[in-house]
Formats: sequence, C-alpha cells, structure tokens
Amino acid sequence: MSVAEPATPGAVDASAAILVEKLNLWYGDFQALLDVDLRVRAGAITSLIGPSGCGKTTLLRSVNRINERLGYVRTTGSIRLWGLDVLDPSVEIAQLRKQVGMVFQRPNPLPLSVRDNVLFGTRVHLPDGRPPNRVEGDRIVEEALRQVLLWDELKDSLDRRGTELSLEQQQKLCIARLLPVKPRLLLMDEPCSALDPAGTEAVEELIWKLRGDYTILIVTHNMAQARRASEECVFMLLGEIIEHSDTASMFLNPANSQTAAYIEGRYG
Amino acid sequence: MPETAHAADRRDAAWWVDRAVQILVLAGGLSAIVFIAGIFVFITREGAGFVFDRFDFREFFGSPRWTPTSSHNPTYGALALIAGTASVTGLAMVVSVPFSLGAAIYIGEFATGRVRETLKVLVELLAAIPSVVWGFIGLSIMNPLIIQVFDVPVGLNVLNAGVILGLMAAPIMTTIAEDALKAVPDTYREAAEAMGATRWQVTFKVVLPAARNGLVAATLLGVGRGFGETMAVLMASGHSINLPTSPFDSVRALTATIAAELGETAAGSDHYGALFTLGIFLFLVTFAINFAADVFVRGGQRKHRRRGRRPAASANP
Repeated sequence: MSVAEPATPGAVDASAAILVEKLNLWYGDFQALLDVDLRVRAGAITSLIGPSGCGKTTLLRSVNRINERLGYVRTTGSIRLWGLDVLDPSVEIAQLRKQVGMVFQRPNPLPLSVRDNVLFGTRVHLPDGRPPNRVEGDRIVEEALRQVLLWDELKDSLDRRGTELSLEQQQKLCIARLLPVKPRLLLMDEPCSALDPAGTEAVEELIWKLRGDYTILIVTHNMAQARRASEECVFMLLGEIIEHSDTASMFLNPANSQTAAYIEGRYG
Repeated sequence: MPETAHAADRRDAAWWVDRAVQILVLAGGLSAIVFIAGIFVFITREGAGFVFDRFDFREFFGSPRWTPTSSHNPTYGALALIAGTASVTGLAMVVSVPFSLGAAIYIGEFATGRVRETLKVLVELLAAIPSVVWGFIGLSIMNPLIIQVFDVPVGLNVLNAGVILGLMAAPIMTTIAEDALKAVPDTYREAAEAMGATRWQVTFKVVLPAARNGLVAATLLGVGRGFGETMAVLMASGHSINLPTSPFDSVRALTATIAAELGETAAGSDHYGALFTLGIFLFLVTFAINFAADVFVRGGQRKHRRRGRRPAASANP
C-alpha cells in the first residue's frame, strides 16, 4: 500500500515533516479515518486525492487540530511534526498553529484591512515579544505580499478591507498572512475550488513557487491539479490510504486497481 | 382540446387560500404603520394646542421650573425632567453595558452546550420581569441599602433608579448583542483560530470589531428602553423635580411625570397639553434612537452579506 518506509516510533526523521501513525478518527459514532499511516516529505508538495467523503480533508484538518472545533471528534494514534506529537494534550495549540498555516477552501480573509490581515499573525504570536511597529509592519507586509505576487496590485490599497478583494486576491492574501510568522508547514484544503480558471492558475503557480521553503500538504478534488502541482500524491478511499507514491508514477502507473479506476474517472 | 385549456385556468382551493393569506398578512403588515401613525397623530393633536399657544422653547428646554399646577403663574420648564431622565438613563447604561456585553460574549463565544442554552433561557426570563417588580425592588431593597451603605438621607435617587434601570435593560441588550455576535460568520473565527489566535484574541480582535454595529445598536436600544421606562423609574427615583448634581439626588423622569400627573389634569387644559408635549418629545427621542439603531444593524448586515453565515466546516467525513 503505502510506499513510506516504516519508521521507528519516536525517532526523529529529518526528511519527514509529518509522520502519521495508526491514526483513527471518529465524528461521533462515524469513523472517518482508519489506521492511517503517512509520511510527508519535508519541503515537498504532497497532494491528497480521493472521492468526496474519503477523509482527505479530515486528515488535513487533524494536523493542526482545527477539527476539534466541532467538539464531537475523537482521535487515536499519533501525528508527529518534526518529532512533536501534535495530538499530545500538553501541546500548546497556538504554538502548533503558528508552525502550521492553513488555507481554506473558501478564501476567508478577516474583515480587516489588507495590512491588518497580513499582520494578524504577528499580533497574535508577537515574534519579537511585542507587536511590530509601523516600520517593521510595513516591511513585513511588503515582504509577504511580494511573496504571493500581490504587492504590485495592492501596494496602494493596503487599507482596503480584505473581504472586498477579488476571490483570487483574497486567496493569495490568505496565503500571505501565514508567512510573517514563518510556518514550516502549509495545509491547503482545495485552495482553488472557489476560483475561476485564471485564478486557479495563478494560485497554483504561487503554491509551486513556495515549494522547498515550506512543506505543503494540499487536498484537491481536481486530478489535473494534483498532477500539475504536486510532487507526491496520496490516494485515499473510505478513510484509508490506498496508495502513496510520487505523482508522476501514480498517474502513469498506479499500483492499485482502485487508484487506477479513480484516476481514469470511473468513480469519484 | 377545450378541456385542457379550461383545466389550466382553474382556480382551486389552494389559489383562494393563497389569495386570502396574502391579503391577511398585508393587513397585518399595514396595521403596524397605521398604529404608529395613529399614535403620532393622537399625541400631536392633544399636544398641538399647547405647542402653538403656550409653548416657549426657551422655557421648555431651558428652565428647570415645572409648576403646572400653580394657580397664578404656572411654568412649564422641562429641563429638570429631561435631566432626570438623562441622568438615570446614563447611569443605567454605565451599569448595563459592561454586564450585557460581558454576558453576550460569554454566551456567544465562550459557553458551550447546556450552560449556553440554560443561560440564554435565563436571560430571556429576566427580560420578562415586569417593571413594577423592579420598581418594588428599588423601593424596598435598594432604598434601605443605599441609605445604609452611603449614609444619605434618601435612598430613592439617581443611583437607585439607574441601577434598577440598568439591570432591567441588560437582558434585552444581552439578547440583541448576542444576536450580533452570532451574525458574525463562523469562517472568521475559524480563520483566526487556524492562525493560532486564542479564544479571547479571536473575540477581541476579530468578532467584536466585526459585530461592532450590532453592538452599538444593542446599546442604543437599551438607551431607548431606559428613556421610555416609566414605572420602575417612578418608584425608584424619588420623583422630585431637581437638577441632579450627584447620584444621591432625587430626580423625576419625563415618563414618570406624565404617568403621575395626566390623571389629575383637565382634558384640554394647558397642563394637559404640556404633558402631551412631553410625550411628543419622548416619542421623537425614542424614534430617533431606534432609527439610529436600525441604521447600525443594517450597516452590520451589509458587511456580512457577501459571506455565508453557516459554519463553513468543510468537513469531509
């Protein structure tokens, strides 16, 4: 099934950003993830594909524990980020989420100015022990917006509300606001599904550009996107991981017959 | 075929019911306008005689001398009454804004499950306590308490009425403020939480600014409630005409004046007209406050209109 080599529990594996072991997850009585084992390579883009309801978003949302907002979620097993067990109750969620940025399906900028959106993370986490001053703020905003290719479009409208931008700009802003607190991992939940084709292309390009600097785990419904914009690919079905390999070989030569059927579009 | 044409043209029972319901609800909707207009016309007509013949703007708004029953020189200065209402309402807001905002934030953002539901019901129950009961509490509990604690001769004063009115207005303000918080799309909270913000940071940096208009509206409606409240203020304020200089001064409110004096006046007399003029003034002030609150509420809605209100937990179970 999985091509991930078995790792000894607790060992720090520098090339693995995320190491998921025996992860089971229930929503109330419904089991959404079954014994999931996954090793996500650091610095790469890994895409999660599979039909609706296969658990890929659930898996993604378990990594930063945003799933727990629902209140009726129960989890067993472990998720290690660079050796840190995320599910350990002693983990400070705020610190975890500083390391792990998330981009949502629908762009969700805060109802604040573009500038305040970008600076939100620094105001929450106070990387220098205090909020950035005016000059530092300007520098942070410019740097982050340049990284997401928004600076030239928005440099004169930093006071506009983030919610008034176009969807493509909103989604780029949602990526930009993660960068100032220097996360190591970016989780993306179908980041292009609300965008038009041009927006999709622009955001995909941006994601591709961020590869290497960040480890990126991306859920997508769009097979073509997984193929274009990821290096490794994980196929899930009914809460289990069916196949995990590098993207090129999965699409050319799937090892599992269900993967093949899905890729060919026979279901999902 | 003629029969099919006929069938398409048929008005069955459902058509008539639909028609009747439309007319009925239209009548219901219009009645609100009719009643408001009717009330306004009535108090204006009753007050008009006084407004045009006797009314002196400088005296009404500038003089604290309200002596309508004086046989040789009746005066109609409403300043002390306005000051009475304003001081009591102002103190009431000082009391109720922190209470009601705190309660709304707790119920809306922090409490979960049973606690939250129980609290909501309790707050609504609190809103249903009749004002005469609050007045009674002011008279028989607050009054001796204030005399004892602050060592003042009279416990029926601005402080007493303000606290009572504040507690009275708090539940309704809590309910409206909580609605305003609930109207903030959950995606905002989720976004902020995913960036590592704590509960309080989410509330303070995201939810409260987003709900600002609704919260202002809640406060304004509380002010409107305070302005219009009669019985509790009448019972707890001491009912003496006075420009208050401290919270321990007794005052008299506009509403309480109307309630206490209208029964004793001859219909059509100057005094009668003056009381209706107070009524017109009250009506205009509360109308303006409610209108302002409405503008704020709409402003808040426009802000969120473009976004869904349901939790966007795109759970893919």
